[in-house]
Amino acid sequence: MAEEVKLYGTWSSPFSRRIELALKLKGVPFEYIEEDLSNKSPELLKYNPVHKKIPVLVHNSKPIAESQVILEYIDEIWNNNPILPQDPYQRAMARFWAKFIDEKALATRMKANFAEGKERELVTEEFFQQMKFLENELNGKDFFGGETIGFVDIVAIVVAIWFPLTQEVLGVETFTEEKFPVLFKWIRKITEIDVVNECRPPREKHLAYVKARIEGLKSASK
Amino acid sequence: MAEESVKLLGYWASPFALRVKWALKLKGVHYEYVEENLPNKSPLLLRYNPVYKKIPVLVHNGKPLAESLLIIEYIDEAWKQNPLLPDDPYERANARFWAKFFDEKCVPEVMGAFASKGEEQEKAAKARENLKMLERALEGKPFFGGDKIGFLDIAVGWIGIWGRIVEEIAGVSLIDAETMPLLTAWLNNFLEVPVIKACIPSWHELLEHNKGFHKILTGSST
Repeated sequence: MAEEVKLYGTWSSPFSRRIELALKLKGVPFEYIEEDLSNKSPELLKYNPVHKKIPVLVHNSKPIAESQVILEYIDEIWNNNPILPQDPYQRAMARFWAKFIDEKALATRMKANFAEGKERELVTEEFFQQMKFLENELNGKDFFGGETIGFVDIVAIVVAIWFPLTQEVLGVETFTEEKFPVLFKWIRKITEIDVVNECRPPREKHLAYVKARIEGLKSASK
Repeated sequence: MAEESVKLLGYWASPFALRVKWALKLKGVHYEYVEENLPNKSPLLLRYNPVYKKIPVLVHNGKPLAESLLIIEYIDEAWKQNPLLPDDPYERANARFWAKFFDEKCVPEVMGAFASKGEEQEKAAKARENLKMLERALEGKPFFGGDKIGFLDIAVGWIGIWGRIVEEIAGVSLIDAETMPLLTAWLNNFLEVPVIKACIPSWHELLEHNKGFHKILTGSST
């Protein structure tokens, strides 16, 4: 049977790029559709009427939304190069850390970027604690997934690439190798992987994009 | 096989702990229940869930796991009888999608209506809008799981009890039989399932407990 796999995404979204990475890791051919979020396509609205967001994976006309849900689906349909571990407890822990990154770390990071004064201090401290928890999970392994990248690594690419980049644009230096040597070693290792680099926004374009967004957010709050 | 040890750290008035209880009961898993005396969290809880410091926590043969939906997925994978998640990967993705939608888009809105002083009607309206969307996942089935209850039923079902408590205390309408006939019918059926019904805490005690909670949240002083 001819498989039809389509991914609706945007080049700058870590949630979208992680799906590309999973599909590439599994060698799954797919059609990529770049969405203009200021002008969402009728297909996107049809395939994700609840959230109207990217990424959306469409497999043989069946749509799946929410990046971590999509990742699990991909892992279940194409079983080569597994993303999640086999052992139920390890699977549960992988899901736990992935959830932690997307729900806690990202939100705290955003707050820390835009907070001021005392609040900034407190939120930054919270961020450090969260990064320490994450770092401890590496526990002597090359990757969260062990010898090769897995579910948590794929989700944590947002930490490896998006966090340092945003920091660069903001001109702050809170998330450093000095504070998190083990995490930064992981960042170096994961960003050496070819397929990871194939699925990341091109640096200059990304810098410009994040700069413009931050400027936009700053002027909106005035 | 070596003797299994299953412990659930919970709180009698927590719907998230109840979800996990339901999952364990449906699987027929014997477990030791440990009631946490919130807000005086035990050293055990802090050791088992250092990241969030919350219940529920499942401890299986000494290995702790937090986050109720993750715990339920783990229970489903560790004990194969009476499967909670569907077999089909696409249906599984749907179940995960809607459980996430419920936790992220319905629960905070309901809590918002409950905690509000002055804006409860607006927040309840938003909650109703999102709750109504859940009917898409029922699609003419008696339960989210199909002919019998499954993952999504036990993820969402507690809203039948806590929803009514919020309605009574905050003076709002959340689950409206007229505009949500499918959801209303489903809840009535769900709450009558013997295993489900047997675990529900006393209505009167829950109401009194939440009345106290409500006073604190809305501030008895201006």
